[in-house]
Amino acid sequence: MTRRPVDTGAPDRLYTVTGGRSRADDSFDLVTLVVGECEPSAGMQSEHVRILELCRHPTAVVELAAELALPITVVRILLGDLLATGRITARHPRLGQSAATHPDTALLQEVLHGLRNL
Amino acid sequence: MGSATSDTPAAADPAASGRTPLTHAAETGLKIVVVGGFGVGKTTLVRSVSEIRPLNTEEVMTQAGVGVDETGEVTAKTTTTVAFDFGRISLNERMVLYLFGAPGQERFWFLWDRLFSGTLGAVVLVDTRRMDDSWYAIDRLEHHGTPFVVAVNRFDDDAARHSLDEIRLALALPDRVPLIDCDARVRTSGKHVLVTLVDHLYQLALAQEGAP
Ligand SMILES: Nc1nc2c(ncn2[C@@H]2O[C@H](COP(=O)(O)OP(=O)(O)O)[C@@H](O)[C@H]2O)c(=O)[nH]1
Ligand SMILES: [Mg+2]
Repeated sequence: MTRRPVDTGAPDRLYTVTGGRSRADDSFDLVTLVVGECEPSAGMQSEHVRILELCRHPTAVVELAAELALPITVVRILLGDLLATGRITARHPRLGQSAATHPDTALLQEVLHGLRNL
Repeated sequence: MGSATSDTPAAADPAASGRTPLTHAAETGLKIVVVGGFGVGKTTLVRSVSEIRPLNTEEVMTQAGVGVDETGEVTAKTTTTVAFDFGRISLNERMVLYLFGAPGQERFWFLWDRLFSGTLGAVVLVDTRRMDDSWYAIDRLEHHGTPFVVAVNRFDDDAARHSLDEIRLALALPDRVPLIDCDARVRTSGKHVLVTLVDHLYQLALAQEGAP
């Protein structure tokens, strides 16, 4: 492995967490809901264990970052690992990242209904 | 919580750690951003409507640099850390809305453009004692094409008490942008702000679907 510092503000800890990688999986939006597909097992990296514990219920990427006290970018890297090995699945938001996708009236009506019932 | 967690160890029980997990049916995350200057009441607004205590997180942004430092080395990158807080509203079994409180300063917008793409819309929170803070946010949202409403968080010690018409004029806000009063501390008021925004989004979508 080439050892290069990761650009994450606190290099030492975050280097360890990500194994020196700095490229995150961009498919994970802030509000992508992550679902664990297995229980943590022996020998797993502690951050992976924690994610799998949290994701016994669907959990948004941003909530994972807050709970792990790690920057979003780092969490995306960790999620990429778990996704690649089939340990999690991801429920991505319906609204795409591009500004071209506008919410339709049916979706907005559902949102309005939910808010009014608060 | 439901029976689904009954066989999990106590240490991993989300309720035991103070977390309120989503239901298993949750499948669609949505975003609304609250922008405004420091101390305008963003966190207060998020807290008043959120079903969870607002959580804090941060993003580290690395920008490809163009500079050359004193030693003649090309400085490849600059790193900026931006913190933001957020809350959550479960709209129904399947849909969950996340509210992000984000400082509106100019130097952070490169980050918002990326982090908050795909948002439904934005709330610009205004403190009339410091209206300057709002201009940049409004300008940027207009430019970005993100629909928004402006909510004036009324502080008790605001002696001037400008009317909404005066504020609209001062902000050079077009008539099509909803402008309302709010008290960020009050849940019903915060809820009204969100309903006003989503109603506005609905009208926009309706107009667009009607005119193909
Ligand atoms: N009197 C009054 N105080 C408020 C109101 N909204 C927020 N505050 C207070 O103003 C301070 C800053 O609010 P905060 O939500 O942290 O601002 P933020 O920096 O935009 O997140 C806090 O001490 C709040 O309690 C309001 O509507 N009226
Ligand atoms: Mg705040």
